[in-house]
Amino acid sequence: MNKEINAILTIASRDIIKLFRDRMRLIMGLIFPFVFVGILGTSLQENIGKDLQYNFLTFVFIGVLGQTLFQSTASGIISLIEDRENDFAQELFVAPISRFTLLIGKILGETGVAYSQTVGVIIMGLFLGLRFAPSELILILIGGIICSLAGGSFGLMVLANLQSQRSANQLFPFLIFPQFFLAGVFNPIKHLPPILFVLSRIAPMTYAVDFIRGLYYLGKPEAEEVVLHSPLLNLSVLAGMSAIFLVIGTYLFIKNEKEK
Amino acid sequence: MGKAIVVKNLVKKYKKSNVFAVDNISFEVAEGEFFAFLGPNGAGKTTTISILTTTLAKTSGKVSIAGYDLDKEEAKVRQNIGIIFQKPSLDNNLTAEENIRYHAFLYNVYPYRPTFSLMPRSYKAKVSELSKILNIEKDIFRPIKTYSGGMKRKLEIVRSLIHHPKILFLDEPTSGLDPQSRKTLWQYLHGMKQKSKMTIFLTTHYLEEAEDADNINIINHGKIIESGTPLEIKKDILKQHLIIDADNRNELIQELKDKKIPYQLKDHITLPFKESTPHQLIKKIQTPLSYLSIYQPSLEEAYLDIIGQNEQGN
Repeated sequence: MNKEINAILTIASRDIIKLFRDRMRLIMGLIFPFVFVGILGTSLQENIGKDLQYNFLTFVFIGVLGQTLFQSTASGIISLIEDRENDFAQELFVAPISRFTLLIGKILGETGVAYSQTVGVIIMGLFLGLRFAPSELILILIGGIICSLAGGSFGLMVLANLQSQRSANQLFPFLIFPQFFLAGVFNPIKHLPPILFVLSRIAPMTYAVDFIRGLYYLGKPEAEEVVLHSPLLNLSVLAGMSAIFLVIGTYLFIKNEKEK
Repeated sequence: MGKAIVVKNLVKKYKKSNVFAVDNISFEVAEGEFFAFLGPNGAGKTTTISILTTTLAKTSGKVSIAGYDLDKEEAKVRQNIGIIFQKPSLDNNLTAEENIRYHAFLYNVYPYRPTFSLMPRSYKAKVSELSKILNIEKDIFRPIKTYSGGMKRKLEIVRSLIHHPKILFLDEPTSGLDPQSRKTLWQYLHGMKQKSKMTIFLTTHYLEEAEDADNINIINHGKIIESGTPLEIKKDILKQHLIIDADNRNELIQELKDKKIPYQLKDHITLPFKESTPHQLIKKIQTPLSYLSIYQPSLEEAYLDIIGQNEQGN
């Protein structure tokens, strides 16, 4: 087997094994969907959802799926900063593999982790009475791969520009949390004041969330109300963004890593 | 004998620093040599080892590792070295076997397989052999969280040898270990070295660990201030001396004066010597001796003396 593929599989599978052995992380993976879909989604549906043309709980649920795939991968990549001077990651940095291989392996591993966490979101959705056809779910899960890759490359861009875990801890929430609202995970963003409109369209997560919604609402009458762009446009933006972030991020990462 | 490591005029200046962390150092390590790189904290040891192991870019200089140019053949350098870091580099969530297996995959020793049972027979035999060496046959498939510090270190060394490195870099491998663990670890390392004829590059704070080294370099403020075998280093600082006395002490002192042998009178009479043994010196003395002993300074004393002198010079 090719040396680099061998390494990618190794790095990716290690992340997934680690997730399943980390009980706390697994529990957290269920708590967040419970807060976002169970509490926030349900309360919004009960209070303001009745006046809308579409089911608000479903709107939040699909949004959280897109957000989870994007954000989980992004945070996983950021954890490379912490890992850099600890445990097995030291091994990764001296292994005879290219940095690109290391980062691709890490992004794929964190994509696997993000998918495991979407199971929690789906369970929460089923528990709350949401029902979807298997074909809808399959379409979303396939389309979600690009959301995870975009999240991973976004995480890499942030990582490449940060030197310490401390700055990552300070900056990352600032970069992620506003995107929850700018990307319309819980709130419709079809109509926004000009400044928020611009920020919302700059936020990478917007395209991930809208892409997943676009796939779910494809051909449904509510699509007009809840989806911003066509899936093709979202896909193009996500693919382009991933490619650019990946190339620039890897370049900066290698440069910063060695040239201290 | 070929050269395992060649370092020429190596310089490292960190971006945000005004001083040179490594200031134009040159040295060579022969194949199969046990080489110790000593120096106080902040002297430039870890910076040097990081450059040699490809994790830090140098400012200038030429480095060749296992015959490969560090600038042009980084992957080949990595394939031929094993590294034991200051901080443990094991994955606590993985079992001992998984830690070994994942290392083997990263170095492309075996193709990726998701489970132990799918691994080739040769790998299984190797793991069985290693678990016997480490005496962890029962725990090899358990997460390593419960292992002692000494066991983890041994596991790291075993793991680093899976891809048959030509050079093993050990960056303060015993820091944080209790004396018993340090002792057994070194017994194990010496055994390994004898079997594999590997080159060892060691940095350590424990000077007695470097006593067995073939060669030592002492670095301070980024410069190599002393190099040689442990014996040469100890000899150079003039601390080794003969301690003698005689029933007729006056006669002995007179003889020393006549023969122009330098001495100091303390509780007994001390005579410094530079040769490897005081044999020649003893032969010169005719006065019957009532007391004779030889004082050999430890490497630690020599080291402290050299660093002390260097600090005064600065």
